[in-house]
Amino acid sequence: MRHRNVYGRAWVWRALGAGAVVAAVGLTPVASSGAGASVTSRAVSDSSALTLNGAGSTFDQPFFTLGFYEYHQKIDPSVTVNYASIGSGGGQGQIEANTVNFGATDVPMFSSDLAKATAGTIVQVPIDLGGEAISYNVKGLPQGLHLTGPVLAEIYLGQIANWDNSALKKLNPKVNFPNESITVVHRADGSGTSYAFTNYLADISSTWQSKVGVGKTVAWPVGVGGQGNEGVAGLVADTPGSIGYVELDYALKNHFTYFAMRNPMGAFVLPSKASVAADAALHPGVSPTNFKIDNLGHSKAAYPICTYSWLAIYQKQTNASAGTAMVDLFEWMTHGGQKYAGELDYVPLPSVVQATAEQALSTIVGPSGQKLLTKAAIAKYGVPSGK
Amino acid sequence: MLAGAGLVFVALLVGFVVDLVVQARPAFAHFGVGFITGTQWNPVTGHYGALPFIVGTLETTLIAMVLAIPIGLGAALALSHLLPPRTRVVLGGAVELLAAIPSVVYGLWGLLVLAPFTRSVIEPAVAFVFGHAGPGSGAEIGIGLLLAGLILAIMVLPTMVAISRDVLAAVPADQVEGALALGATRGQVLWRVVVPHARAGLLGAVTLATGRALGETIAVTMVIGNTPAFAHSLFDTGATMSSIIANQFTEATEPFHLASLIAIAVLLLVVTALVNVAARLLVRSVGRSRAAIALA
Repeated sequence: MRHRNVYGRAWVWRALGAGAVVAAVGLTPVASSGAGASVTSRAVSDSSALTLNGAGSTFDQPFFTLGFYEYHQKIDPSVTVNYASIGSGGGQGQIEANTVNFGATDVPMFSSDLAKATAGTIVQVPIDLGGEAISYNVKGLPQGLHLTGPVLAEIYLGQIANWDNSALKKLNPKVNFPNESITVVHRADGSGTSYAFTNYLADISSTWQSKVGVGKTVAWPVGVGGQGNEGVAGLVADTPGSIGYVELDYALKNHFTYFAMRNPMGAFVLPSKASVAADAALHPGVSPTNFKIDNLGHSKAAYPICTYSWLAIYQKQTNASAGTAMVDLFEWMTHGGQKYAGELDYVPLPSVVQATAEQALSTIVGPSGQKLLTKAAIAKYGVPSGK
Repeated sequence: MLAGAGLVFVALLVGFVVDLVVQARPAFAHFGVGFITGTQWNPVTGHYGALPFIVGTLETTLIAMVLAIPIGLGAALALSHLLPPRTRVVLGGAVELLAAIPSVVYGLWGLLVLAPFTRSVIEPAVAFVFGHAGPGSGAEIGIGLLLAGLILAIMVLPTMVAISRDVLAAVPADQVEGALALGATRGQVLWRVVVPHARAGLLGAVTLATGRALGETIAVTMVIGNTPAFAHSLFDTGATMSSIIANQFTEATEPFHLASLIAIAVLLLVVTALVNVAARLLVRSVGRSRAAIALA
């Protein structure tokens, strides 16, 4: 089928081509694809090295990447964690099917989700706290423009389609808005970040509540979908005239411009560690059934779009060493490890919430019913984090 | 024993299809025919309809084939009959390399390189041609139906070219020489002798390329924008059957959500099978008419 000279001359081209492809793959930045990153069941290869598998929220991903690495380097080199950042919905699905050791989700699992769990009761542990920055990519617009919830809802409903509109001009009278159509960016996958965002919109806009509603996946009236927080950030970065909601760290790392949102006290607040902490302080008694911290009143310094993120772990662990490693890891992540959350512009958990987390972790038991979180572990890992 | 190996393959295929249909049954039972004609995809209210994705798949495939068939046929003709041997070798190697590039690399390249180019050059040109109306209306953001079609065209070109080239090269030399001896120009030889002779094989190439375009998942998911609704212009974002499955199946925990996604997978199988059967019938009828001519 091939003439001999084909192989003789063409191999040079093939080698060059293959090299070019490899170079291209190596040089292009990777946008996380996310789909189908299913994780194998818990792996305990030998007594010294332990690999834990988790999946879920992309909101948590920056913190988890750093936190798990530091834990492995400085606290317990025998523990490695694989975390698949596939979205809160994916995390819930994986823990329900018991294919991972833990799931991570920005909206706690509801009783209807918990009923689908295949290996018993699930315990939910608050793990981090962050704000959602409403980012925009419009040439010439300064950072920190003022925006209110109702106007944001109208943008996401498609009722406001151009940056040059009266509502935005009224909020920012000194700013020159260009005549450019607004490209709305939202999440294409099932997302706890979306849940917190739609929860906020439904709170301040009855039109949104009736037309779209609240959920990890909703029927977005307009806009383009990205996979994960990373996907939305990528789309906002690449698309002039776009607006999108991402966890604060993604906005800061990508040097996005983002809005100062109006809170219930009438102040326009930029998302930051301080403003998210102020919001969280208004509702210290969070629990998996009482988790909403959007749009709380009584503080002029509070940023209105914030969410906790939760771990989902089976209460009855079938493998004592994996279970013990997990509770020790997360006792540290919710206490000493919060320092690393702070470095990435999440807000370190308030001490009341740290106590809630510890309480939840101490209900986790091993195969013979023994509590896996020992007093010694609490003393060792449960050192309160410095802010 | 060899027959047993063949039976294993059949058993796998049947088992696979049966399993899919069984898992999709709740969705078909609940929504009925309305699933195929339904236009809403709303996990919050629990309404699932597959029509936007069926149309999206057909639209992206159409754009891809409209671009790939003329270019592919032209390239195959050039490679088999027109170009000097050395150039033939180099270009042929390049086309085969294109086929070896993984789908996800196409998606990344499309998103990072081709999307800005589409936004700044291709979409304004298309908008100009259509007068900023109809298929050329709407905001030009780069990603969307047009970009997905472009990437699909690039991905199916190697298939088209490789198979077409082999088919065209297999046209007996005495046919070509006979036509030339009778005084035909090069163009007449190509279009009146070579291509008609190779019709069946060319149809086969088009079918294979269409089949690939219909089912392509990752590259399309990355550039189509993931809006589960109809696209009203080339610049709109949309979704295809494979992209909605890839996007949502890891977290389809609402009632009927997963069953609906699997039902879409079944529909995709049906569409692909229909295209294949239609092409086979076409190839057979073309072959039969040629045999009739040969016998006469």
